[in-house]
Amino acid sequence: MGGRNRTDSVQCNTVGDGMSEKSCGSTASADGTQSGSATMNSNLWQINILPAADQPDRIGAKVKTDCQFAGLIELEVDGAKGYLVQGDLTADDAQSLARKVLVDGVVEQFVVGRPGDESLNRINTNTNDLFYVLPKAGVTDPEAETAKMALVELGFKVTAVRTLRRFVSSKLPASERQKFIGLLANDAIEQLIEGPIKIDEIQQGQGYEFELRSVPLLDASDEQLLSISKSWQLSLTLVEMQTIQQHFKTLGKDPTDAELETIAQTWSEHCSHKTLAGRVNYKDENGERTFDNMLKETIFQATVSIREELGDDDWCVSVFKDNAGIVEFDDQFNVAFKVETHNRPSAIEPYGGANTGIGGVIRDTLGTGLGAKPICNTDVFCFARPDMPYTELPPGVMHPRRIMHGVVEGVRDYGNRMGIPTVNGAIYFDDRYVGNPLVFCGNVGMLPKEKSFKEPQPNDLIVAVGGRTGRDGIHGATFSSAELTDKSEVESGGAVQIGNAITEKMVMDILLQARDEGLYSAVTDCGAGGFSSAVGEMGEELGAEVWLDKAPLKYEGLSYTEIWISEAQERMVFAVPEKHWSRFEELCSSESVEAVVIGKFVPTGNLELKYHEHSVANLSMKFLHDGRPPVVRQAIFEPKSDGDARVEVIEGDCEKFTSDLLKILGSLNVASKHWVIHQYDYEVQGGSVLKPLVGVENDGPGDAAVVRPRLDSKRGLAVSCGMNPYYGDIDPYHMATSGIDEAIRNCVAVGADPNRIAILDNFCWGYTDRPETLGALVRAAIGCHDVSVQFKTPFISGKDSLNNEFSYDNSSGQRETISIPSTLLISAMGQVEDVRQCVSMDLKAAGNVIFIVGETGNHFGGSHFNLVNDLQAGAVPTVDANTNRQLYLALHEAIKQGLVRSCHDCSEGGIAVAAAEMAFAGGLGMELDISAICEDSNLSAAQVVFSESNGRLICEVSEDNVAEFSNALVDFRTYQLGRVIAGSDFVVQNSDQPVIQTSISTLKQAWQQPLDWS
Amino acid sequence: MAQPNVLVLRAPGTNCDQETAFAFELAGAKTESIHINQILSQPSQLSNYQVLCLPGGFSFGDDVGAGKVLALRMMNRLADALGEFHSNGNLILGICNGFQVLLKTGLLVSDEVEGPPATLTWNDSGRFRDSWVNLAADNELCVFTKGIGQIELPIAHAEGKFVGRNSQVLDYLEVNHQLAIKYCKPGGPNGQVPFPFNPNGSDRDIAGICDQTGRVFGLMPHPERNVDATHHPNWTRGSKGGAGLAIFKNAVEYFQ
Repeated sequence: MGGRNRTDSVQCNTVGDGMSEKSCGSTASADGTQSGSATMNSNLWQINILPAADQPDRIGAKVKTDCQFAGLIELEVDGAKGYLVQGDLTADDAQSLARKVLVDGVVEQFVVGRPGDESLNRINTNTNDLFYVLPKAGVTDPEAETAKMALVELGFKVTAVRTLRRFVSSKLPASERQKFIGLLANDAIEQLIEGPIKIDEIQQGQGYEFELRSVPLLDASDEQLLSISKSWQLSLTLVEMQTIQQHFKTLGKDPTDAELETIAQTWSEHCSHKTLAGRVNYKDENGERTFDNMLKETIFQATVSIREELGDDDWCVSVFKDNAGIVEFDDQFNVAFKVETHNRPSAIEPYGGANTGIGGVIRDTLGTGLGAKPICNTDVFCFARPDMPYTELPPGVMHPRRIMHGVVEGVRDYGNRMGIPTVNGAIYFDDRYVGNPLVFCGNVGMLPKEKSFKEPQPNDLIVAVGGRTGRDGIHGATFSSAELTDKSEVESGGAVQIGNAITEKMVMDILLQARDEGLYSAVTDCGAGGFSSAVGEMGEELGAEVWLDKAPLKYEGLSYTEIWISEAQERMVFAVPEKHWSRFEELCSSESVEAVVIGKFVPTGNLELKYHEHSVANLSMKFLHDGRPPVVRQAIFEPKSDGDARVEVIEGDCEKFTSDLLKILGSLNVASKHWVIHQYDYEVQGGSVLKPLVGVENDGPGDAAVVRPRLDSKRGLAVSCGMNPYYGDIDPYHMATSGIDEAIRNCVAVGADPNRIAILDNFCWGYTDRPETLGALVRAAIGCHDVSVQFKTPFISGKDSLNNEFSYDNSSGQRETISIPSTLLISAMGQVEDVRQCVSMDLKAAGNVIFIVGETGNHFGGSHFNLVNDLQAGAVPTVDANTNRQLYLALHEAIKQGLVRSCHDCSEGGIAVAAAEMAFAGGLGMELDISAICEDSNLSAAQVVFSESNGRLICEVSEDNVAEFSNALVDFRTYQLGRVIAGSDFVVQNSDQPVIQTSISTLKQAWQQPLDWS
Repeated sequence: MAQPNVLVLRAPGTNCDQETAFAFELAGAKTESIHINQILSQPSQLSNYQVLCLPGGFSFGDDVGAGKVLALRMMNRLADALGEFHSNGNLILGICNGFQVLLKTGLLVSDEVEGPPATLTWNDSGRFRDSWVNLAADNELCVFTKGIGQIELPIAHAEGKFVGRNSQVLDYLEVNHQLAIKYCKPGGPNGQVPFPFNPNGSDRDIAGICDQTGRVFGLMPHPERNVDATHHPNWTRGSKGGAGLAIFKNAVEYFQ
């Protein structure tokens, strides 16, 4: 797409070529290089790499796309990539290293010079602008690190490398220029240079001079305590600050900065879940209830009850205590499952936030027990409408489509590089996510049964493995407990990180070998709070001494406290018995993984930090872990007065209902996510059984993905999810129960055993200091408890993210706040005895009979029928878990006996959407008659086809098996609806009245088109 | 020799080593997965094996260019050992990232004065893509595609577009039967192969090539992901999976 601006797109294969192109003004030096404005003694070279003449300009094209989302006028942009390379290098060296290593000679051309050289920066300044974008100092730049390693290995005397991107744009009016610059570089991680790069050295950190800092707390007033909490970004409340003050008064000294930071990290919402695990006084229409520990008495309690009831058949192994929940899989292995959120970093830097979100949750399973091998990922996102007009965006937020691109790319690049298939996911759109997108990243791991528990032993060495420590992500743990504002991007840049998946993959490779050799007694990941949380948690029962000066650093200049709380990625902490250290170290170095002893677990009950010979912190583990004052919160829930209003009449005819169905299929939550799914590697590891998209053309929406984690076995794992924030707007209790039913239903639909499904909760909520907001959460947690027990489906782990609100000043200067809808994600992990029994959702053959199992009621509250018709009324779907459990068990038996050819759950859009999806996925037509349901339920035809009642699935059964299938489900509400037909007609009738009439190609087109991005 | 020894070479970022080793074992080989560092420290170990396999993944993160850094490392430090391995009549297979590495080592097609004759670069879409494709083999020369007419396999890559330096390079490879496997439409080679059938815009729909001896083969699709009946995306509709095993079996049978 050779743009008209590319005035410098000359091939510079030799120095001579380059020189012949240069215009007057720069002079050739004796060694054949050009010197423009740069100093002669610089040891820095710049290499600009452009697409060859017949190749597309992808970097420029990406910015042009971003411009479109941002509503910028059409403008020309040419992009290029490049490198700054520093070292003892001649011009010939620079040419040679570019050609040999950095440039692909078939599809790229390049220019080499000193930064500032005219040859690198040749543009027509009357018509064009020149920009360079570089990662900020200290921001992870994996490509530069690899390039440096490769260059050094080939004998080039390179000391530092930095990547760059270069843009030449048509000149912009001042009004648009700022917006454009914001699209080129993300200020949180990148620096933008207008015009030529004018540096002659790559900064690599400056020295650090030790100085012990303490914080004057003892005599501080309440006001000063709060000001300290704020200015140090501790996110501690006054009561907490007072408790800390009291503790240090008894010790007779002020805390050091490291002590105060350690307490803040440990007590943060992110690490301790103080609100949900705290005391809550809750009130709703049923009366008042006081919880001493809300989570423990609702969700955990459900699991406790289920395990007690199961007795010897209890298949839970480790729940709610390790980094992920563990359950039994087969006679040799257990499986672990965890879903985390990484919302705030993703709002500020979507790519880096999502990237490190998936990286972090993978480390969670790696750090579960003695280490689980990650076997699949699940990723669920919430965004505002991707086509939101730019004018509706509040100040300080990125356009949702740009966030969505960044998040998808971040998850894709990390998951694919780790070699973990991303097999399940969902995307929800609601404009209330505009300032707070939600990014849920989940991972399933598998570990040998005997490796499921860990315990650091006295005198075990504390070993840091993997990435080096830098200033990355400082205050991430406390940041994730604070509200976002339109200034967050500026204030919290340090909390945003970029991941390096290959470093984590290398750590994973040695971790699994060291685990099998039995070389360590405990392991955990460095997540929020860095070493502070990892060592603090591991040494909670024992005590630990840490030598901070030993930690390997990315660059000089970090203070002891920064080393301690840095959230640099890809690090894990091991407890290694001294006798195994030499083998452990040897194993790591055999695969070029850095492992360093940074301390020792000692049975003192204290956490002592040293920097060289100085003691910089000494805290009692007891105070650290048990000293936090209990948080007491009020919670209220007031049911909406129209909460169970029933929809009495739905006006319309076949034409209207057909159009409703097409609109629901084309609504963003229901519409095909193929643009996202194909970007993920969903088959790596070789165990794929049911892929996310299924059907004759591999493009129908599967209910759950199935993988075989052991290639030598037929046993499978199914992963699915359930979530519906619209129901939560009406009643969070039923949002929770519906989410659980949907997640279980999805697993059952593909053939998972209802007795072997484990679930996770992820609460993303608004500001829970508000009693109404917390009330909604408690209500949801009670719902979770109730149906979990009835389904006998245990929660095994969970996570919450609170205070997801965004504040800004509107155009009239008033403060406005947008809270996300109360959002509960239920993730389910099911088990399949033999994957050859799995069932997909696409219709298989004309002539087969269609059944619906489960009862249809009048459920339109929060429905997609309401959404596309802009209606409010209706009751939210409820769950009869006792009935549904029995139904799912019976259906599972039928599936196991091979009686079901296809099966699909009814959720958003009800029977109409489920049937339509089955038809177009199978490339076959359908003729259904719903009159029997109408008669039994007293509902109109439209109510029957669009109601979103839970507990229903549509099944395809071959003629031969109709009697047996009916018999298997004889105790449940089951209707024979019609048949699969050859051809493309999709017809739903109520006796002789047509309700929906269209073709499967029309249905498929409506479903695929909205997010069918190029 | 009854049962060949296969070396599955791991490097930082390799991630298809286990299932690739599993596929070779299903086909009847003995396999060992070994880290590149270990081979570099003792290149003579190569002589213990008859097949060298570079599996898929993102070696060194594909930084600088897919497969580039591992290729540089191998040619910088293993060129002689690899040359000997090849001239002894052994086999080399590169899958996905392994193909990218092999192409950039020059083991498939050697560098010319003007530079490398071909490369694998960004898909036309500019994005990673996982999907199943139909392929047609030229089994005149290549050991690995012997007896294979058409085959369905999944692809999963961002940089899989095969680009020749010029049409003479491509003509040369074509005439010599080195274009061992090509994307095609369902039903077989017949005219143009538009997206998504040619998933990345490769010149002449090239999905894999072999060297002049037919004993070195690189391909972007993943045969190890189609070795089980339940691998095929339409297995629930009666399409049986497992066709990819033929490629591994050809390697094993070459030594029998």
